[in-house]
Amino acid sequence: MTDTVERKALTREQLLSAYRMMRAIREFEERVHAEFATGEIPGFVHLYAGEEASAVGVCSNLDGRDTIASTHRGHGHCIAKGVDVSEMMAEIYGRQTGSCHGKGGSMHIADLSKGMLGANGIVGGGPPLICGTALAAKLKGTGGVSVAFFGDGASNQGTTLESMNLASVWNLPAIFVAENNGYAETTSSTWSVASDNIADRAAGFGMPGVIVDGFDFFAVHEAASEAIARARAGGGPTLLEMKFTRYFGHFEGDQQTYRAGEVEHARAELDCLTRFAARVTETGELTRSDLDAADAEVAATIDRAVDEAKAAPLPTEADLLTDVYVRY
Amino acid sequence: MARTITYREAINEALAQEMERDESVIIMGEDNAGGEGSPGEMDAWGGVLGVTKGLYHKFPGRVLDTPISESAFIGAAIGAATAGMRPVAELMFVDFMGVCFDQIYNQAAKFRYMFGGKAVTPVVIRTMYGAGLRAAAQHSQCLYPLFTHVPGLKVVLPATPYDAKGLMTQAIRDNDPVIFFEHKALYDLAGPVPEESYALPFGEANVVREGGDVTIVALGRMVHTSLEAAEQLAAAGVECEVVDLRTTSPLDEDTVLESVENTGRLVVVDEASPRCNIATDISAQVAQQAFGALKAAIEMVAPPHTPVPFSPTLEDLYIPSAAQIADAARKTMKGGKH
Repeated sequence: MTDTVERKALTREQLLSAYRMMRAIREFEERVHAEFATGEIPGFVHLYAGEEASAVGVCSNLDGRDTIASTHRGHGHCIAKGVDVSEMMAEIYGRQTGSCHGKGGSMHIADLSKGMLGANGIVGGGPPLICGTALAAKLKGTGGVSVAFFGDGASNQGTTLESMNLASVWNLPAIFVAENNGYAETTSSTWSVASDNIADRAAGFGMPGVIVDGFDFFAVHEAASEAIARARAGGGPTLLEMKFTRYFGHFEGDQQTYRAGEVEHARAELDCLTRFAARVTETGELTRSDLDAADAEVAATIDRAVDEAKAAPLPTEADLLTDVYVRY
Repeated sequence: MARTITYREAINEALAQEMERDESVIIMGEDNAGGEGSPGEMDAWGGVLGVTKGLYHKFPGRVLDTPISESAFIGAAIGAATAGMRPVAELMFVDFMGVCFDQIYNQAAKFRYMFGGKAVTPVVIRTMYGAGLRAAAQHSQCLYPLFTHVPGLKVVLPATPYDAKGLMTQAIRDNDPVIFFEHKALYDLAGPVPEESYALPFGEANVVREGGDVTIVALGRMVHTSLEAAEQLAAAGVECEVVDLRTTSPLDEDTVLESVENTGRLVVVDEASPRCNIATDISAQVAQQAFGALKAAIEMVAPPHTPVPFSPTLEDLYIPSAAQIADAARKTMKGGKH
């Protein structure tokens, strides 16, 4: 696939940062995939690999005033919004040093100091919350915007549809990012979403709906930049639909017998990192050695995060009854 | 002699036999087959933990996958039940009740009474519950007390493969809405289950172990933890009677009261959060109706009043243990109405 989007010039620093962020997500997820297979990581883990351009393309337009809400497939959003990868890894390992002190796990990583309102175990749990954070930003006049990331599955939940309506009715600085990776668990979005595109639904809620090649960082960045600028200026919400596929199963352990070869195709032909690298080296904005240096740096960071997580202390009995207002 | 099959297989078999027997029985839920619209295998999952696997091909057109829209399809199951079908809908994890509870507690639960006895709503809502899989705060809750609280719902919690099959068969044949709780840590539990179809009546507790010293009332997975505690206590000469409630609505008070009349001591074990749970309800019933029989204060064993923690270290501390149950029983043996 060729990149068709005319893009605004990004600085060398911005390009390197975007690449490093996408690579960090990929490396993090590939590593969690490998470590999960050893049996050391407990619980349910849903990986974001393949979808990096969405989290990074959107979040590279955000700053400290802004809030995002995520999904069960939340690691990428966390990293893109600046959550510490060592704390994230420790959380996934259930350690005391984790983002949530081991109480949340992969599906509930959050860091409110970074404007990251949490991964979420409930499909469609995020969009209503984002209406609230957007309302707070509007009432306080912070200029902040709020972004709800949700999947094609959640695009069929009442909470999501009600939130889009409310955001338009209240003219909120809210962005709805439908990450259509093709499957809600095993069920194809071509079957479960009755309209041709999730973005088509925007018309019913009085907001613009934009279909975006979710494998293309530049396309995502451009579309998100426009929507976010409009929201900041009081122009109300936008629905963006990212079209791509996930590289792993619904969760780790999913045999994926419902799929047929699209991952191999995506990895070979559409991959966001490969395309990003090809483009910036062709234009001469970055060199292969810039990218190699970023890869090495990221690999070392993720290695360290895993080593630290494995060595970190487990929670103790005293931790069971902290962060409650009453004890029974 | 019955074969040995798992809790998961027992539920699947009850569903298959009732679908065979009655064409109005249909199944619906997220990925209950799996693979709808996808390029690969259909019936890819048979439910997220494989309980409905195989039914899609066995009963063409009667296993319906759904979009992730619990309000719509749980409500549709309830509506279909009022129109002559016997739907078995899966609310995957009971934690997701928040997305669709109106259809259950304001609609299904109310029809029979509110419409003056003119409606029947033979719907079954299957749902997974319970801690132990490191599934964290939004995929591990018990929540059956919330359903037990609502008049018009029947609430069923099988502890064994035998009960799972018999109670599922009854649930499907029953004319009232039934919430059928499946503990996800019990799916691989094997036990004897007859091949032929059979129904176990609701509101009949099961005395799973007899003993004259202490009554332990439990439900779901906690039945097994209580039996473990009873074994430990027997080694020390304390004989416990373990009562498995099997259904919390209707509730078999008589079996509980009869046992307490015999032993004079009661421990109630519940995996649900400690306030307003089944343990507090049973304790209140016994205090009210068998106060004179009690030789010691009633003991309750439940998790702490917190969300379910993720870290295995914390989750293991959270779940009521056999040691805690044994301690509670020993406390009642010391006597004294403290």
